[in-house]
Amino acid sequence: MAVEKKKKVMNADAVKEELLKKYPPKVARKRAKQIHITGEEGNSEIMANVRTIPGIITMRGCTYAGCKGVILGPTRDIVNITHGPIGCGFYSWLTRRNQTKAPSATSDNFMPYAFSTDMQDEDIIFGGEKKLEQACLEAYEIFKPGAMAIFATCPVGLIGDDVHAVARKMKEKLGINVFAFSCEGYKGVSQSAGHHIANNQIFTHVVGEKDVEIPGEYKINVLGEYNIGGDAFEIERILEKCGITMVSTFSGNSTYDQFATAHTADLNTVMCHRSINYVAEMMETKYGIPWIKINFIGAEATAKSLRKIAQYFGDKKLIDRVEEVIAEEMPAVTAVQDEVFPHTKGKTAMLFVGGSRAHHYQELFNEMGMKTLSAGYEFGHRDDYEGRHVIPDIKVDADSRNIEELEIEQDPTRFKPRKTEAELAKLAEEGFGFKEYEGMMPEMDSQSIVIDDLNQYEADKLVELMKPDIFCAGIKEKFSIQKMGVPMKQLHSYDYGGPYAGFKGAINFYQDIKRMVTSKVWSGMKAPWEENPELSATYVWE
Amino acid sequence: MLLRHTPTEIKERTALNINPAKTCQPVGAMYAGLGIQGCLPHSHGSQGCCAYHRSALTRHYKEPVSAATSSFTEGASVFGGQANLVQAIENIFTVYEPDVIAVHTTCLSETIGDDLNQIVDKAQKEGKIPAGKNVVFASTPSYVGSHVTGFSNMVKGTVTGLAESTGKKNHKVNIIPGWVEPSDMEEIKRLTAMVGVPFIMLPDTSGVLNGPMTGKYEMFPKAGTPVADIKSTGDSMGTLALGEWCSADAARALDSKFKVPCRVLDMPIGLKATDRFVDTLRIVGGTSVPESVMFERGQLLDMMADYHQYFFDKKVALVGDPDQLIALTEFLLTLDMKPMHIVTGTPGKKFEDRIKELCAEKGYEPNVRAKGDMFLLHQWIKNEPVDLLMGNTYCKYIARDEDLPFVRFGFPILDRPGHQYFPSVGYKGGMRLAEKIVGQLLDRKDRDAPEETFELVL
Ligand code: SF4
Ligand code: SF4
Repeated sequence: MAVEKKKKVMNADAVKEELLKKYPPKVARKRAKQIHITGEEGNSEIMANVRTIPGIITMRGCTYAGCKGVILGPTRDIVNITHGPIGCGFYSWLTRRNQTKAPSATSDNFMPYAFSTDMQDEDIIFGGEKKLEQACLEAYEIFKPGAMAIFATCPVGLIGDDVHAVARKMKEKLGINVFAFSCEGYKGVSQSAGHHIANNQIFTHVVGEKDVEIPGEYKINVLGEYNIGGDAFEIERILEKCGITMVSTFSGNSTYDQFATAHTADLNTVMCHRSINYVAEMMETKYGIPWIKINFIGAEATAKSLRKIAQYFGDKKLIDRVEEVIAEEMPAVTAVQDEVFPHTKGKTAMLFVGGSRAHHYQELFNEMGMKTLSAGYEFGHRDDYEGRHVIPDIKVDADSRNIEELEIEQDPTRFKPRKTEAELAKLAEEGFGFKEYEGMMPEMDSQSIVIDDLNQYEADKLVELMKPDIFCAGIKEKFSIQKMGVPMKQLHSYDYGGPYAGFKGAINFYQDIKRMVTSKVWSGMKAPWEENPELSATYVWE
Repeated sequence: MLLRHTPTEIKERTALNINPAKTCQPVGAMYAGLGIQGCLPHSHGSQGCCAYHRSALTRHYKEPVSAATSSFTEGASVFGGQANLVQAIENIFTVYEPDVIAVHTTCLSETIGDDLNQIVDKAQKEGKIPAGKNVVFASTPSYVGSHVTGFSNMVKGTVTGLAESTGKKNHKVNIIPGWVEPSDMEEIKRLTAMVGVPFIMLPDTSGVLNGPMTGKYEMFPKAGTPVADIKSTGDSMGTLALGEWCSADAARALDSKFKVPCRVLDMPIGLKATDRFVDTLRIVGGTSVPESVMFERGQLLDMMADYHQYFFDKKVALVGDPDQLIALTEFLLTLDMKPMHIVTGTPGKKFEDRIKELCAEKGYEPNVRAKGDMFLLHQWIKNEPVDLLMGNTYCKYIARDEDLPFVRFGFPILDRPGHQYFPSVGYKGGMRLAEKIVGQLLDRKDRDAPEETFELVL
C-alpha cells in the first residue's frame, strides 16, 4: 500500500519563520532577507549574490567552477589547462555532462581529457610559472590544438603566478591563441563571478578574432546554453528547420571558431541571463549586435522565442516558416501533454538551481499543471529575481567590485547597427523589447517562497514542512531529499536524461516527471510488519 | 574514438598531468570524517572545494554527503581564515548539532598558512564548542600526496585529537581499514568478529554511506565509529593498519603517543592478503580461526581452481590507489593472471618497488608508475595490449576506445551500483572480484567466439 503523504497546507510566513527559527540571530537576520514571499505589498526586494555564511552547508560552488566548468567546459577544441593542485582539474573532468558532436572522427575534441599542472609544494613555495610554461609546451607538442586556455585555482593567485604573462609568452612562441583566466575560487561569492571572468576574457581574446562571413540569412548567436543532455542538439535542430543560422553558441556544442566569428551575427539571443549577459552587453557596445532574452525550456516558451526571433528579423518568409515549424512540432507535444496531464495536474514542485533554470523550468511544470511552491537560485543576482530594471539600484559590494568590469568602446571598423532608427521604432511600436528580462519573481504566484542560496538545512526543512511532489536541485541535494521519500530531479545533470530543451525536450521532461511523481518505488517504504504490527502468531495460525 | 588524441608514442612529460589517477587530499579527509559517528566534516577554504568533494563522494556512493565550508572570500584569503572558521564552528553546532566536527584544510588555507591548532583552540576558549562536543582536525594540503594522503591525515588527526590513555587496557584491537568501501568495512568487521577478536574500527563508513531508505533523512545516522570508541583506541592492545598509504600514520601515532603497538598489513584483498590479515588477527587476539572462516576461504580457493583456465596468463592493466593495487596485483598473480601496466597517481617509490617485487616472483617486469596518470596507462596499453582493464569509471573511455573487457574497481565509480553494498575485501570479496573478472572475460569470449566454437558450458 502506498504511504499516503499528509498534505499540510502551511502558509508561507509560517514556513519562513520555521526556516529561521534555529539560526543564531545574526544568521537569521541575513537569511531573512534572502527568503522572500512573493506578492507582499510594498516589498519586492530579495537579497542575493551575497556571501554564504561560514558553516552553512551551501549548494554553491566557486568561481573556477563557473569559469572553467560552466562557460568553457562545453567547447571541444580548446585545450583547457588547470593551473593548480590536482583536485580542481580532476573534479571538473567530464562531470558537467556537456555533450559535444565533433563533425568527424578526426576533428579536435579535447573534452574527454583533463589537463593540469598538478602543482606540488615546491611550486607553491618557488612559484609555478615555469611549470605552467612547460605544461603548455607539452600540451602543444602532443595535441597541437588551435587554442589553449589557462585557468588559475586558489593557490595560484596567492603565490602571485602571472598566468596572463605565461599566456602571452606561449601565444607568441606557439603561434596559436593562448589566453588565461584569473578565476581563483575565492573570488566573488559563487560561480557567478567565474561566469563574468570567463565572459570578459572570451570577449577580449577570442570574439572578433576571425572576420569571416558566415553564410545565412538570419544569423543569431545563442548565448547561455550549455548543452546539458543534448539540449543544444535539439535547439540546433529547431533553428535549422526554421532556416535560422546559428553563428555561435556560448557555449553548448561549441568551437573556438564560433566564438571568434560571433561578432558577425545579427542578433544575440540570451538563454541563461545570469551567466552570459555580460558578453551580450559587450557585443552590443562594440559591434552593434542587439540582444533579446529567449528561453527554449518549455514548448510554449520555445514557440514564443522563435516568434520573437522572427519578429526581430521582420521578414515574412521567416515569420511564416516559424509558424509552420511550430504547427508541425506542437501536436506531438500536446499529445504527450494530454497523456501526462491527469497524472501531474495539481502536483507541486520546488526548484533550486543555477542562475536561470529555477525560473525556466517553471514553464515546463506549468505546462503540466504543476505548481511551483518554492524556488530560488544558487548564484543569481537581484535582477534574475526581480528583473533588469533593478540593476541601477543594486549595491556593488566589495566581493563584486573585485571582478573586473571591462570598458568597451565601439569597434572603429566593425561596429554596425543591425537596425535602422525607423526599424527600431517600428519594433518598439509592436511592443518588441530588447534587453528585457523580468526575472523569476513577477511570474510566480503570490505567496510563493523564493529563497536565495538555499542551504541543506532549509532544503530538508522545506521538504518536511511542505511535502512537494518533486524537488529539483543538484547532486549534493539529491539523496537526502530522496531519503525522505520525495522524488528528486537533478536539474544540473538532468539525472543523465534529457534533452529537455525545445519541443522534443519538453516531451522528454513531461514523461520523466510523470514517471517520477507516479512511481511506485516510494510506496515500498513500509514493510508489511510495520503496516500491521499487531498480528500475533496464534491469530495467524487460527 | 573519444580519446582520439592519445598517441602511441610516449613522450616523457615533466609538467603536464593528463587524465589524473589521483585527486586531492581533502576529499579523502572528508570521507574519513564521515566514518566518525555524529560527525560533520568541514572544509576550511573557499566553498568550491567543498562543493567538488561533496559532489565527488555523492556521485560515487549515491548517498547524502554533508559537509560544511568556511566559505572564504578574497578578504579571508588575504587576512587569514580564522574568523571564518570560528564563526563556522559556532554555526555548525547551533544549526546542525553534530557531536564532532572534523576540519580539514584546503590548498587555500594551507597557502595562507592558517594554523588549525591555534584557531580551534581559540574557538574552544571563546566557548564556541559546546560541552561534550569535539573538533578534530588535519592539515591536508593538496599539493602534497593525493586523496589517499588526505584520508590518512584525517584518521591520524582524529586519533591524535581524541584518543586517550586511561592506563587500563580495553583488550581490543584497533583496526584502521583504509579508504575502502563501506561494504568492505562491514566485511572486515564481520571477519574480525568471526575470528573472535574484540576490536574498534576507525573510521567506519558502513551504514553511513550505504544506508537504507526509510522515509526519514538522518543527517547523522547511528553508524560510524562512536567518539567513546575513538577515545578508547589509546587503551587498545594494538593496532592493525591495513595499508601503508592509508592507515599506517595513524597507527604509528597511537604507538608513539600511547605505546599501542602496531602492525601494518596489506589491505585484505585476495587470498593471500586476507590470509595474512586473519592470521595476524588470530595471533594478536589469541584466538583460533573458526571453521566458518575456513569454509569461506575454501570457497574462494574452489572458485579460483574451477575457473583457472580463463584467468591463466591474461594480461591486465590496473589503475588506482597504492594500497589497493598492491593487494590486487598480488591477488591477480595468485590467479595466474599477469598485471602488465600498473599506475597510481599517488606518489611513493615504495609502490613501484613492491609491485616489481611481486611480479619478479613470476619472473617478469611490469610497467609500473607511481605519480603516473591515465594518459600514460592508455599509452602503455596501446604499446602492449592487455586482456583486461581494472580501475575507476574514467577507465571506460580507454576500455571503449581499445575495446577492452573492463572491471570497475576503486574510486570513483560513478556509473554502476554495487560497490557500496558488496565487498571486495576478505574471502567473500575475493570471490566477488573473481566473479567480476571471469564474467568480463567470458562475456568477451562469448561475444567474439565464431558460431562453430560458441559454447554452452564454460
Ligand atoms: S583548491 Fe585544492 S583543495 Fe580545493 S579542489 Fe582544488 S586541489 Fe582540491
Ligand atoms: S542557470 Fe546557470 S546552472 Fe544554470 S545553465 Fe545557467 S549557468 Fe548553468
